Amino acid sequence: MSMVDDKVPEALPRRSFDWRFFAEMPLASKVGLAIIAINAFAVIFAPWIAPYSETEMFRDLGNWAPPSAEHWLGSDQIGRDMLTRIIYGARTTILIALCATLLSFSMGILAGFTAAVMGGIVDNVLSRIVDALMAIPTLILALVVISVLGTEIYILVLVIAVLDSTRVFRLSRAIAMDVAVMEFVEAARLRGEGLWWIMRREILPNTIMPLIAEFGLRFSFAFLFIAALSFLGLGVQPPYADWGGMVRENAQVISYGIPAPLYPAGAIALLTIGVNLVVDYILARQNRSAAAAFEEQEL
Amino acid sequence: MSDLLLEMRKLRVEARGADGATNAIVNNLDLKLARGEVLGLIGESGAGKSTIGLAAMAYARSGCKITGGEIIFDGSDLMLQDADVLREMRGVRAAYIAQSAAASFNPAKRLNRQVCEVAVRHGVMDEDAAVARAIELYEKLDLPDPRNIGRRYPHQVSGGQLQRVMSAMAMTCGPDLLVLDEPTTALDVTTQIEVLATVRDLIRQNNNAALYITHDLAVVAQIADRVMVLRYGELVEEGPTDKILNDPDEAYTKELVSAREAVIKPRVQVALPDNPVIAIRNVTASYDGKVDVLKNVDVVIGKGETVAIVGESGSGKSTLARVVTGLLPPREGHVEFQGKRLSQALKQRSRDDLRRIQMIYQMPDVAMNPRQSVAEIIGRPLTFYFGLTGRKRDERVRELLAQIDMDPVFAERLPGQLSGGQKQRVCIARALAAEPDIIICDEVTSALDQVVAAGILKLLDRLQKETDIAYMFITHDLGIVKNIAERTVVMYQGDVVEQGSTVDIFTPPQKEDYTRKLIASVPEMRTDWLDEVLRERGDLFEIDAKAHT
Repeated sequence: MSMVDDKVPEALPRRSFDWRFFAEMPLASKVGLAIIAINAFAVIFAPWIAPYSETEMFRDLGNWAPPSAEHWLGSDQIGRDMLTRIIYGARTTILIALCATLLSFSMGILAGFTAAVMGGIVDNVLSRIVDALMAIPTLILALVVISVLGTEIYILVLVIAVLDSTRVFRLSRAIAMDVAVMEFVEAARLRGEGLWWIMRREILPNTIMPLIAEFGLRFSFAFLFIAALSFLGLGVQPPYADWGGMVRENAQVISYGIPAPLYPAGAIALLTIGVNLVVDYILARQNRSAAAAFEEQEL
Repeated sequence: MSDLLLEMRKLRVEARGADGATNAIVNNLDLKLARGEVLGLIGESGAGKSTIGLAAMAYARSGCKITGGEIIFDGSDLMLQDADVLREMRGVRAAYIAQSAAASFNPAKRLNRQVCEVAVRHGVMDEDAAVARAIELYEKLDLPDPRNIGRRYPHQVSGGQLQRVMSAMAMTCGPDLLVLDEPTTALDVTTQIEVLATVRDLIRQNNNAALYITHDLAVVAQIADRVMVLRYGELVEEGPTDKILNDPDEAYTKELVSAREAVIKPRVQVALPDNPVIAIRNVTASYDGKVDVLKNVDVVIGKGETVAIVGESGSGKSTLARVVTGLLPPREGHVEFQGKRLSQALKQRSRDDLRRIQMIYQMPDVAMNPRQSVAEIIGRPLTFYFGLTGRKRDERVRELLAQIDMDPVFAERLPGQLSGGQKQRVCIARALAAEPDIIICDEVTSALDQVVAAGILKLLDRLQKETDIAYMFITHDLGIVKNIAERTVVMYQGDVVEQGSTVDIFTPPQKEDYTRKLIASVPEMRTDWLDEVLRERGDLFEIDAKAHT
């Protein structure tokens, strides 16, 4: 055929991870990534890097000892090493938050995509259930459920996951609806594909970026939430360390000028900021259209 | 030349891609436009036509930048002016009319406010004077009820009317230069005529200079004094309209001129098939159960036959496709496949039924999952319907790519790395992979440039000869129908107005007024066509008022 075809965009390497993701990262996000890495390291290697045992009390040190060469962050309210507690605390706090967020995303995305793809009555029923759940203030609902069911860790994870999944549901339903009206989804339906294929192969790949960004945000919320529950005494139970609980246990001495509660509080703040710095970058990358990079001409 | 209004010298506009590299979308372009002259800019998508149009106002879209050359408007170089001066000039001395009026109006504001906004904001006239001017323009533009139409919201007027309101908006300040960017492309042919006629009259009355941007040579023939043919941001050929149409020098221009006229099917009478592949029997369908979008439609399509379903927007042609595919179960009537009654709803149809009826869409961009490779897109029906996997599947994908004239290397590409024509080819291959008996083609060439579209039509025809496949060819473009379809079904507001051999439908005199009007509205590639149609139109165009309100 001698037809003149139109111009073809250049082929780019496909599928392989784009390493420019790291190369183009601004300093702030690199700092965020470093914070996350340090925390991840603490989670994995806590028993090996922590200088002491999680529960060991140093009687000679006493309560709220100031930082020293042996105890870099001093001691807590019953004379345990603060640094050790923070390292072990990372383990409980972050693992619970991670499990809860993973669970909430699995539930939320599944329900959200189902609602978006099936529409009609399925969408209505799911959406109203979510509306009902969202109508109740999260913290109060969590307090009630936990006080009834107990403070076991799996219950904690489950409660946070269910409550959080409502938000995930809303987001994933909304973005899946944009994709579900596309003709390639209609083409899949006409081919006779089932719901699972449509959700997994047609919709998920086209919604994954905003979902990853949201994952980062919800993850921060989850461990802030755990911290809040622990602060109220319904989170992780003693003697296990978790950051929220540690803030609560040491809170009263702040008025005496003792910095003990600031260490776990700082750890919470640091990780939250770190996660958000990275999420911001993911969002920015995703939003950056091909055009926007060029200096905009004056209007 | 003392009456020179606009001159561009060595214009260069660059865009920066996602990877940070810049490429020139307009390169080294010289352009001259005298007062009272209409210059047609012709070219396919990506030719840089719109970019040049905007550059005439010293504007570049976000992501683009004018990086070189001079733009001399009425004696002053716009590139040297600062932003304030340019802002004063835009809208007042040079105005822009965009392709999609529906997308360019703010849906939350009444028309008058938007039409008068430019004049009032620039302090050219006060609100009352601007409204009076707008009404005057509405009258000139033949809009119904000119005194009150401006109080409506954009959704309360038809597409053709909105496009004319937009022209009024551009005219309020009495600009010296009008830039018209495909102002009729989104309109039905019958509406296009009105807009074309009014815009042309207005330009002539006011002695405006205008840049008329379009991909349709037949349209530009009616309105432009001179034509510039562009490709990849560079000038291919320039000359008086007559010369470009009848005696082009460059091969590309020749191809552009002939693309529309490619005759594919022999023009002979054909009988109704005895054993149709698809028979649509007395189908009445509705989306909400109240308004029937299809009324008692009866169409048959035989083996290896192309049946064109033509009509304007709202005629129900796409709804007919939805009924055949099972996406919309009809309220009455049914669809037969090779004599066997098909289940109304998609879910009740067997996998084999689904396989035998395939579909190709208008916009190949959204018809393919942007995250799947060509191999996955074409391969999925192979796995789904025939259980092919691994090497066997790869082999078949390669065969299918060869069938659509594409190299096997494309298998690993994503849709975003294909050109528009290639995307549509891949969609054809996906349909072909299912080895169907009939393919429903829903406006498959409407989103493509004419030369590329001609290639797609030729491909479809070759595939039909090879595999004896039937096509239900849905289109609003009558220009191509007479060249590709054995039979034609004309639809209007859910009714079949007329159907029969294409040659009968197109040979005058037409039996039905509507068919005649529709055929008469297809622009022809000669400069006196519009005048001729307007002279003859008489009563024929009266039905318009009903159709577009």
